[in-house]
Amino acid sequence: MRFLLDDEQREFARTLDTLLAAADTPATARSWAAGDHAPGRALWSRLAAAGVFALAVPEAYDGLGPLPVELAVAFTELGRHAVPGPLVETVAAAALLDRLGDKAAAGTWLPRLAAGEATASLCVPDLTGPYALDADMADAVLVSDGDTVRLAATAGPVQRSADPVRRLFRPAGGTVLARGPEAAAATGYAAEVAALATAAQSLGLGRALLDRTVTHVRQRTQFGVPVGSFQAVKHRLADTLLALEFAQPLLHEAALTLAARGTAPREIAAAKVTAGEAAHAAARTALQLHGAVGYTEELDLSLWIRKARPLRDAWGSPASCRARVLAGPTAETRGRDLSGEDPRAPGSPAAPTVGKGAGA
Amino acid sequence: MDLDFSAADDAFRAEARAWLADHVPTTPLPSLETAEGFAAHRAWEAELAADRWSVVSWPEEYGGRGCSVLQWLVFEEEYYAAGAPGRVGQNGINLLAPTLFEHGTAEQRARLLPPTASGEVVWAQAWSEPESGSDLASLRSAAVRTEGGWLLRGQKTWSSRAAFADRAFGLFRSDPGADRPHRGLTYLMFPLDAEGVTVRPVGRLDGKPAFAELFLDDVFVPDEDVIGAPGDGWRVAMSTAGNERGLTLRSPGRFSAAADRLAALWRERADPADTAVRDRVADTVIGARAYRLFTYANASRLAAGGSLGAESSLNKVFWSELDIALHETALDLLGPYGELSDEAPEAPAHGAWAEGHTFALAGPIYAGTNEIQRDIIAERLLGLPKGRR
Repeated sequence: MRFLLDDEQREFARTLDTLLAAADTPATARSWAAGDHAPGRALWSRLAAAGVFALAVPEAYDGLGPLPVELAVAFTELGRHAVPGPLVETVAAAALLDRLGDKAAAGTWLPRLAAGEATASLCVPDLTGPYALDADMADAVLVSDGDTVRLAATAGPVQRSADPVRRLFRPAGGTVLARGPEAAAATGYAAEVAALATAAQSLGLGRALLDRTVTHVRQRTQFGVPVGSFQAVKHRLADTLLALEFAQPLLHEAALTLAARGTAPREIAAAKVTAGEAAHAAARTALQLHGAVGYTEELDLSLWIRKARPLRDAWGSPASCRARVLAGPTAETRGRDLSGEDPRAPGSPAAPTVGKGAGA
Repeated sequence: MDLDFSAADDAFRAEARAWLADHVPTTPLPSLETAEGFAAHRAWEAELAADRWSVVSWPEEYGGRGCSVLQWLVFEEEYYAAGAPGRVGQNGINLLAPTLFEHGTAEQRARLLPPTASGEVVWAQAWSEPESGSDLASLRSAAVRTEGGWLLRGQKTWSSRAAFADRAFGLFRSDPGADRPHRGLTYLMFPLDAEGVTVRPVGRLDGKPAFAELFLDDVFVPDEDVIGAPGDGWRVAMSTAGNERGLTLRSPGRFSAAADRLAALWRERADPADTAVRDRVADTVIGARAYRLFTYANASRLAAGGSLGAESSLNKVFWSELDIALHETALDLLGPYGELSDEAPEAPAHGAWAEGHTFALAGPIYAGTNEIQRDIIAERLLGLPKGRR
């Protein structure tokens, strides 16, 4: 057992972090909120070149994946830098198309999604309501209501989110790509990928909120001393770190389990609710400890604060995740045991590592 | 990155599981905070030790199996999943022994570790004093130099297990003139039946004598029972404190087992429409899982040559709050039966939830209060400035 990211995975995270830190993601997000997708599209291409979208696409369609652990690593960085766009939806749509059994649709879309030449959005009404994120700019908008998957024809008018960077649409019309149990199963898998990526995004978002808040309370003085020297402030930030630190191994376990079994509903639900709540609490703490300046749109911090609550609720509400954790047999906290059901027993296929293009 | 156990680890798990299935008492032992329970738990330690299950991570020469940290975690998972008794030898095994391994002499290890492993010697910890809790630097009990050793004078309190234990270990001020309060402390061990020791049991919240006050009136300790160098006690003790809060004090196994029992209790008793209690059960199940995985990550870090420092404070806050959440939720599910103490014949699960609840309530207080832990997290892990407590 070595339950730690390996060198290549850590290097992949560092590469993305460096790329995004240099990319002025706050300005990109503000343009995105205003309906100007050009800077976001440019950033999308660079992320694709780093291999991000190929992680969700199998090699048969010019991808590198599916690689859930690397996907979790990548989306943690995307969340840390508050990158705008239908990122989660694109990798989930890729997962859906991969499993749909429609080779023509897969052949049309997956290589382009992997290369970053196309973007996608996805609406699963049970999980997203009738809305698809950024459907106006997405090249493919998929809608899956239970056992029917269709490619939507129109995006509909924009519905402003409480986070202006998240632009919602109600897709309509279009052509049916698949029906029946296979479509339902593919949708379930896509929803797992979406929840995993969202959990990772939340975790990165929460870490960024904590980092920014720590920086702030070290500099901001009141009563003649840094506010970060007050015990009430310290303890709130200690709790923020605690929640994030204990969410991280749940995220990694969920990704590992998805890689090994191809499905991990309870593990992903546990990671999703924990990372989502941790990031949401981090946002509340960030706002409280920044005070009034944190309550303004002009401070870039707002870009992170506003996203925390929608990400907590997207692709599986906390209540639905908690219910899912308790669904099924008991004795779930114990180690992989000797029941013979261990899918990671010797002989199960090992997940490949990120290819050359991803970490370079 | 993987969560795979090796074939050797799996075999070890199977061996532990089989032994526990054959040996764990079918009726839970009485509370170890009673004279009767203490004796029964001491006998259980001896039974464990006879087949080398008492201290699996220790070297074989001291009664262990030389297991890796990972195998120790596996053993603990199996131990608590099997419903095995709480460990009365825990102070000696988890707090004293790591110090002896790091700072003790070969003679001390050979003399003290085997009887500790077998339950023949059960240890009490003697850190706290009436005016000194989490702030160990303010200790006042003295060790005064005398021929061939030291004379202990003063008072210790909240000394866990001391009502029934054989020996104690703790810190004493040996150089009152030292320039800093945490200098001039010496780490010593002494028998609780020595001349000059008065043990006054103190009832905890439920009245059981879980700890005691110790009054020390010129208690002689020979030089051979000093751990590390005289005056170096602070540094020696800090390594023990790190172990206490870190990996070894509360293994994930006990919380995983408690969470599984809670989930079973919820399935058995809960109103399916009560989503509020369902959410709390789910959060404790997730919390136990998170703690287990976090520990695996730390064990992996140690195996890769890393070390744990202030991270152990994250652990301590997390498990202590998880333990309370687990037991509070269980008591809620038990309704009117939740009030029954473990000594009530009608208490559900032989009173395990009630006893566990009382025990859990102490978690945020001992081993360095959670307030102190949060200060450590903020200052050492987040880099926030020191300030007034």
